[in-house]
Amino acid sequence: MAKITFDGIEVEVEDGTSILNAARKIGGKIVPPAMCYYKPLAGSGGKCRVCLVKVTQGSAKDPRPMPKLVASCVTPVQDGMVVENTLSPQVLEARKGVVEMLLINHPLDCPVCDQAGECDLQNLSYEHGTSGTRYEEERRTFDKVDIGPLIQLHMTRCILCYRCVYTADQITDKRVHGILGRGDAAEIGTYIENVIDNDFSGNVIDVCPVGALTDKTFRFKNRVWFTKPVDAHRDCPKCSGKVVLWNRGSDVLRVTARKNEYGEVVEFICNECRFDKKEVSDWIIDGPRHIARASVISANHYELPVVNPQIIADLPESTTKELNLLPRPF
Amino acid sequence: MGLKILTEHINVPGIDTLETYRKLGGYRSVEKALKTMTPDEVVEEVKKSGLRGRGGAGFPTGLKWSFLAKPEGKPRYLVCNADESEPGTFKDRVLMEKIPHALIEGMITSSYALGARTSYIYIRGELMFVLRILEKAIAECYAAGLLGENILGSGYSLDLHVHPGGGAYICGEETALLESLEGKRGNPRNKPPFPAVWGLYGCPTVVNNVESIATVPWIVNNTGEEYAKIGVGRSTGTKLISAGGHINNPGVYEIELGLPVEEFLFSDEYCGGIWKGRKFKAIVAGGSSVPILPGELFLKTAEGTPRLMTYESLSEGGFVSGTMLGSGGFIVMDDTTCIVRNTWNFSRFYHHESCGQCSPCREGTGWMEKILHRLEHGHGHMHDIDLLVNVSKQIEGNTICPLGDAAAWPVASAVRHFRDEFEWHVKHPEKATAAGAVYSGAEDLAFA
Repeated sequence: MAKITFDGIEVEVEDGTSILNAARKIGGKIVPPAMCYYKPLAGSGGKCRVCLVKVTQGSAKDPRPMPKLVASCVTPVQDGMVVENTLSPQVLEARKGVVEMLLINHPLDCPVCDQAGECDLQNLSYEHGTSGTRYEEERRTFDKVDIGPLIQLHMTRCILCYRCVYTADQITDKRVHGILGRGDAAEIGTYIENVIDNDFSGNVIDVCPVGALTDKTFRFKNRVWFTKPVDAHRDCPKCSGKVVLWNRGSDVLRVTARKNEYGEVVEFICNECRFDKKEVSDWIIDGPRHIARASVISANHYELPVVNPQIIADLPESTTKELNLLPRPF
Repeated sequence: MGLKILTEHINVPGIDTLETYRKLGGYRSVEKALKTMTPDEVVEEVKKSGLRGRGGAGFPTGLKWSFLAKPEGKPRYLVCNADESEPGTFKDRVLMEKIPHALIEGMITSSYALGARTSYIYIRGELMFVLRILEKAIAECYAAGLLGENILGSGYSLDLHVHPGGGAYICGEETALLESLEGKRGNPRNKPPFPAVWGLYGCPTVVNNVESIATVPWIVNNTGEEYAKIGVGRSTGTKLISAGGHINNPGVYEIELGLPVEEFLFSDEYCGGIWKGRKFKAIVAGGSSVPILPGELFLKTAEGTPRLMTYESLSEGGFVSGTMLGSGGFIVMDDTTCIVRNTWNFSRFYHHESCGQCSPCREGTGWMEKILHRLEHGHGHMHDIDLLVNVSKQIEGNTICPLGDAAAWPVASAVRHFRDEFEWHVKHPEKATAAGAVYSGAEDLAFA
């Protein structure tokens, strides 16, 4: 076990845990954002650089600070480590810079993007970005590539987090897509313009933090904040069958996997559940889906905020007051 | 004439053959190390020598070797980084092309020291002809029993492979090199874990530059103490410098570290001064990624002490008024050089070579290139200059690998030292963009 101090709060975690996961154990507003790290996908993380933190003390044995900011999602904790996130102006400044970099070539077409309302990049830029841009040049565009009848690829919106690549690598039987090209010409693609055809391929939609990969069966059907999400399940021979139905009236508009407060899929679902079972009669409803109050999706949901009682017990009183203990929007 | 450790026999005809190389004392270190020394003794000698990595970072080689993890049941690897792609640096290429056996001898001795049974030379894809030279030399060694099973009857076996890259600059970064060697996309890995623990195929690996490895035989033959006597302070030994640009005698020179900079640049034995009798304007002292320095700050530090060719002396003054020895790629510029254009050119290179994995580098290098393009072509604004510095700050230190830093430093230092020239481009675009236009000082800024 290793004890670390994150933003002045002590937490004890298993050896080898990343700084980010240690911070998530504390929870609340001090958790660094993550655009590429995805706990269920081995090897993910380290790429987007929004989770940069400052290590002011390397460990109890070697108290020297780390010379650079480190990506908290891939840096393991050491016993006695002291980490600053929201307390360090340097970190906040660097994060602002990274958010700017993520946005300069993003089309900002949120009004016509299906991801709007549940987009990690939208949330991130709302929290850490600026309202204007210093980028005068033309934004990067790509040729449209059709990757099949179920998934829509908008390469212009992609932030190259590699999550879908790891998903294709680890969840599906055969990897059919990856990154082609280098530098800012790098793009997600199937070689050569193949159709993605796989029982679990739909999961790339769920892991995508932006609107680069969206559900063609839901495309332009509705804004996500007009839908009512409910938890549901069915007896599926291929996957767990535990899903969220996004309903409008009695219509099931979309089916997704269930995600935790950090937007991570709890159990991956198969394409049959996702794309073919669009009738309420296909499902057994478990109850309303909890949506964070901060999310725009919760605009027409009324329920009491839920706090995690375990966290309150662990924390000194002064910090609980300051922390917003609501789960993050997903 | 200084001491030559690596290039003593470079002009001997037939030095690329095993026969001539052995006649001139080659492969003595293999015999000495394999027959009379334990691997740890070799590592100890290299540690004592104070040899620092010649690839650019200058990390002590012996220390790097001693960090190598030695878990049971896992092989260890030595990988030679011959992916020399830094603009302005061409020393390893000359060494491998002329004396391939120097590298191979170093690889055998070093592999023995590290306990590697298989070693790789990862060579940049553009140097296919050098790869053929190396392969021929390796075949000679296999035939002579210097490679393969039971080398020289010592019981130690080693296989050596040369592997060409695809010509990507990023594959010169050690973890990207390992990924590429494994057959994957050349993306740098997140560190930690470092290659010494988790390297090639997940096994402990040491990655060294060609020049560092080629120096090891001399250290083994003549002991580390002898090597440490060459040079000044913590910069021991000799270093290959590839000098290019506006000088009279461009080429690769082996110098003893500690040589006065002025002597290197102006004596006829080395660079021979600035060509056509022109004025010395600026220099990039260690390959394109180190900060650019104006001539006067390069010859003497801000305090006025003459600089020496050592790691410490060149970096004196930090990033404000110093630079780095880096990989030893000297790019000298005379007073007809446009710094803005040069910076744009460097920036274009880093934009093209960024792997695109992490966001600050992927987006930032392209952004800097576009701003510099604007400035150079007369469409810039005054605020672009500050924006440029700001963007370079946002990249520096926030990326996975040092390519981000390498892209940011030349830009930041060019603006720091030559800001008036950037301003001239903004204020007088028609003059600055005219063919052959050169900024000639403050008068240009005031009256033109």
